[in-house]
Amino acid sequence: MMRRLLPLALFLALAVALAAGLSHDPRALPSALVGQAAPAFELPVLDGAGRRLAANELRGQVWLFNVWASWCAPCQAEHPVVADLARRARVPVYGLNYKDQPAAAREWLRRLGNPYAATLLDPQGRTGIDWGVYGVPETFVVDGRGIVRLRLAGPLTPEIVEQKLLPLLLQLRQEGGHA
Amino acid sequence: MPERVLALLLLAACCAAGAADADLDAHVLRLAAQLRCVVCQNQTLADSQADLAVDLRRQIGEQLRAGASDAAVKDWLVRRYGDFVLYEPPLQPRTWLLWFGPAILLVAVVAVLVRNRRQQA
Repeated sequence: MMRRLLPLALFLALAVALAAGLSHDPRALPSALVGQAAPAFELPVLDGAGRRLAANELRGQVWLFNVWASWCAPCQAEHPVVADLARRARVPVYGLNYKDQPAAAREWLRRLGNPYAATLLDPQGRTGIDWGVYGVPETFVVDGRGIVRLRLAGPLTPEIVEQKLLPLLLQLRQEGGHA
Repeated sequence: MPERVLALLLLAACCAAGAADADLDAHVLRLAAQLRCVVCQNQTLADSQADLAVDLRRQIGEQLRAGASDAAVKDWLVRRYGDFVLYEPPLQPRTWLLWFGPAILLVAVVAVLVRNRRQQA
């Protein structure tokens, strides 16, 4: 009896393993940064009259980091969602203007509205590389101790905001009272 | 005459610099061939013409020129993009099945075959 059932059991085990393999997205990158300290930067602020902003100045509060560029179509699509989030979540959203021209960035913000606490300029994309950015847009949540808590690759949608971002922000607020 | 000597010296200096650059480029490509481009994921960092791959090759070059070892450069990339960038996954408890699974399977199959043959004989 056992001998007869063995091939069937093996077949079923293999089928289950393969089915499980089909259901996950092979292109989704595991994030190396979640749970790690936010990479340091010190970047010029768009229209900041020469002001520079460093990552460690943002310690002690929860903040969002939204990587965008004026040449990126999905960024334009997510922009209203970012604006809505900045209004509702009551946390500062900092923009990282990735491999872009300041003039183009300025025009884009003028046209679409500016939800950012500040826009940091990364014309060479070096800070982007430090943050492991591999495509724009991307969004990071950093907690009050400067630890990256969430990384979202691709455009934000209202569903992602409701299901992932707002619950996490609520949790962070309860955790430390940093927000 | 002194001008000629100077010109020759200059030429020699240029050639030496060019050769060093070519060495560095070859080194970057050799290393990049072991790394995955995170944008177009079925290409190596050496093959890819994606913007990010070009930037990463440039940064790898800068690090090698500054004296970084191959392992240090790989570490630098893994810290940013995870083990995913390595074409050869590291040996960790999480990857034991990947590394040893096929050998275990082979041993198991051979064991079953040997036993069956003994029973028939």
